Amino acid sequence: MYDNPIEEARRQSQICNACRYCEGYCAVFPAMHADRFFSDGDLTQLANLCHNCQNCYYACQYTAPHEFALNLPGVLAEVRQESWEDTAFPAPLSRAFHHHGTLIAAATVLAMALLFWAARHLPGDGTGFYAVIAHSVMVAIFLPAFLLPLAALAVGLRRYWKRVGGQSVTLADLRAAFGSAATMRNLAGGHGDGCNFEEEDVFSQSRRGMHQLVMYGFLLCFAATATGTILHYGFGIEAPYRLLSLPKLFGVSGGLMLCAGTLGMMHLKAKAAPDLQAPEVRGGEFGFIALLFTVSASGLALYAFGGSAALEPLLALHLGAVLAFFLLTPYSKMAHGFYRLAALTRDAQRKR
Amino acid sequence: MTTHPDRYDIVVLGGGNAALCAAITAAENGAKVLILEAAPKPYRGGNSRHTRNFRCKHDGPLSVLVESYGEEEYLADLLRVTGGRTDEGLARMVIRESEACLPWMEAHGVRFQPSLSGTLSLARTNAFFMGGGKSLVNAYYRTAEALGVEVLYDAPVRHVALDGQRVTRVEYEHDDATHVLHPRAVIVASGGFQADIDWLTEAWGPPARNFLIRGTPYNRGAVLKDLLDQGVTSVGDPTQCHAVAIDGRAPKYDGGIVTRLDCVPFSIVVNKHGARFYDEGEDVWPKRYAIWGRLVAAQPDQVGYAIIDSRALRLFMPSVFPPIEAGTLEDLARKMDLPPAQLVATVDEFNAACGDTSGFHPTELDGVQTTGLEPPKTNWARPITEPPFYGYSLRTGVTFTYLGLKVDETAQCSTAAGKIENLWAAGETMAGSILGQGYLAGYGMTIGTVFGRIAGREAAAHVR
Ligand SMILES: Cc1cc2nc3c(=O)[nH]c(=O)nc-3n(C[C@H](O)[C@H](O)[C@H](O)COP(=O)(O)OP(=O)(O)OC[C@H]3O[C@@H](n4cnc5c(N)ncnc54)[C@H](O)[C@@H]3O)c2cc1C
Ligand code: SF4
Ligand code: SF4
Repeated sequence: MYDNPIEEARRQSQICNACRYCEGYCAVFPAMHADRFFSDGDLTQLANLCHNCQNCYYACQYTAPHEFALNLPGVLAEVRQESWEDTAFPAPLSRAFHHHGTLIAAATVLAMALLFWAARHLPGDGTGFYAVIAHSVMVAIFLPAFLLPLAALAVGLRRYWKRVGGQSVTLADLRAAFGSAATMRNLAGGHGDGCNFEEEDVFSQSRRGMHQLVMYGFLLCFAATATGTILHYGFGIEAPYRLLSLPKLFGVSGGLMLCAGTLGMMHLKAKAAPDLQAPEVRGGEFGFIALLFTVSASGLALYAFGGSAALEPLLALHLGAVLAFFLLTPYSKMAHGFYRLAALTRDAQRKR
Repeated sequence: MTTHPDRYDIVVLGGGNAALCAAITAAENGAKVLILEAAPKPYRGGNSRHTRNFRCKHDGPLSVLVESYGEEEYLADLLRVTGGRTDEGLARMVIRESEACLPWMEAHGVRFQPSLSGTLSLARTNAFFMGGGKSLVNAYYRTAEALGVEVLYDAPVRHVALDGQRVTRVEYEHDDATHVLHPRAVIVASGGFQADIDWLTEAWGPPARNFLIRGTPYNRGAVLKDLLDQGVTSVGDPTQCHAVAIDGRAPKYDGGIVTRLDCVPFSIVVNKHGARFYDEGEDVWPKRYAIWGRLVAAQPDQVGYAIIDSRALRLFMPSVFPPIEAGTLEDLARKMDLPPAQLVATVDEFNAACGDTSGFHPTELDGVQTTGLEPPKTNWARPITEPPFYGYSLRTGVTFTYLGLKVDETAQCSTAAGKIENLWAAGETMAGSILGQGYLAGYGMTIGTVFGRIAGREAAAHVR
């Protein structure tokens, strides 16, 4: 949308800094108003504090056709996107997957095919799932698929931290950042009426609600995997688990929330104006949400039909989606959660 | 010309704060209301879209307002800026009613925020709109539409026909055609005439051609002129406008708040010949920016140039455009099209007249002044010596005009023969009924809200 997003963000921030009308909406403005000249690092930090609620766009007296042509959500989305792609390790992977939903789909299909192959050709070693794919095979595939992306993310976050001039992190910084993220305080819009996102200047809580469903749904699914691992290794209790076991309670509730949340997000995103986001990555974003939906829906299907002949294909679909999801974490919209936490931590440092 | 069947009880002329408060109130009182807004939708809301706060009386903490701000103090503040040219009865009524406005505004979708950074001095007196005036306008349009108010954009009103003491007809343009309505009541809320440069030039003289208009280009006073031509009673000095000094690079119209430039007290200001012409340090900027609008208007080409050095750069709120920067005064002069030798001489003379600057204090009248300089600088007089040097050009920015329709306490208009049965006015277009000169920050929106609600209520009672 912009040839040079960072320069454009600088121009717009200067206008906002002279205006300040939007100061109450979110954390971006107080951080912006703390200074009057903006380095590239400052703008990167501001961009990662923005969560694209669009309140400041619809409130702005300077949006096009006005010659000042303010579109802060749009330009910050582009700077934010660039910052993820530039700091990612390795960066080209990030550029590819952020921009192309089809590549995400391709990666997912590939991962699924790999697991089909594993299910067919590597012998199982137990009952239930493990009769289809041996536990040791799963670990051999998923442990590196989980840890390597985390390592890549850590590299990206370090680069980000350097770019925005972060200092050494204290417990208080983290407490502030996680507190803000947990309640999605900024998504309340400053006045508690929510975001403008899906229907011009109408405020609603939908986006905050859907995002909470996705985040907590995801965390519950993650808790299901974690408790399953503990049961497996700590207590020798193997999957499949009963309905009233922790992995299943977490997994089913989390899966349902994630399904509903991702569908809701796609619906809202489809209604929102593309120009107020980063239009170039719309495909990648939809692809990523669809992937999350596939993870949760196939997981639920596995719970429902795992006892039938569908077990093997369902397992391959689900594990394939999860595998793709893990591998793409540093190179997809999923990374935003980590960068946002970093930005909130940095903002807590600014305020201390 | 298309004549429309009488679907509307009340037609509201204009689409800013006063119009919306009137339309909402009338609709809540059962009237079928149409808003005719001259601007297209992206520019709806007139000058109200540029505002940030309204001034509100309160006897204790109220929403975002701290402490208290009583009627007498409020009135005293007003009388001070208007030099006594105030209708005290109406002013007191507006002040009293302002307290009830705040909860009313909240109930109709407006959200408030604590005083913005850099404006702490207003935290007690002025309630700031979260997101500014455009978000207020947006909220009111949503509320009005939910109440069944219809809105037509791109619909400038050309004529409001008066027959004796009654309005009989409203003519407006829309889609390249003239349309006619016969509403039972009309509310005028179409602002002042400052965007009509020809009219402004007639009133002020040729320098007005070089003025910038801080707000909407749509407030051209068409309805005002039309009504005055038909003998509707006017109020306010037709030759006067509220004007402030703003960044000379601002757009001709609609530059709004960001073109404000607060550097003057920490600068010297020269004209295009490089000569100073007034005491830059006479008082704190909020009390002087209106005077500087006039001072700059009196200079050749209606332009001034504020010069500071690097020490002063962080002493005032940033403005929309970065300053012009140079390592030497000569270079700065060249970049700003000023005569270099003259600028250097003026700065040297000023620097030589500065004395002890140890008492320099940017946020209060520090008495750090020049000696033997004409005109003197009586506060914040610190030599301009530390490069880089920075310059801003200054021009006169018009906020609003004072000429308006005279109304009584029920917002009703009149002619010499008495009241006009079905015509009310609210907002800038009648503000002259209360303020004859000067301006108190936040009072414009208060007048519009109070009188808008009154006009809406009265008009609705009339058509019932
Ligand atoms: C930059 C700036 C900042 C300001 N900040 C503040 C502030 O913070 N607080 C404050 O109290 N005041 C402020 N003011 C003053 C304030 O804007 C006015 O007092 C107030 O907005 C007047 O409201 P109104 O509804 O009467 O007029 P406006 O909001 O100007 O509305 C007039 C409406 O009439 C329409 N119109 C004009 N002609 C016609 C026609 N022929 N037919 C149909 N429609 C027509 C216009 O399009 C517009 O919608 C500010 C002014 C400016 C310029
Ligand atoms: S987005 Fe517009 S209204 Fe908001 S602070 Fe920036 S310039 Fe002002
Ligand atoms: S889009 Fe929302 S979060 Fe981003 S800067 Fe604007 S108000 Fe803040």
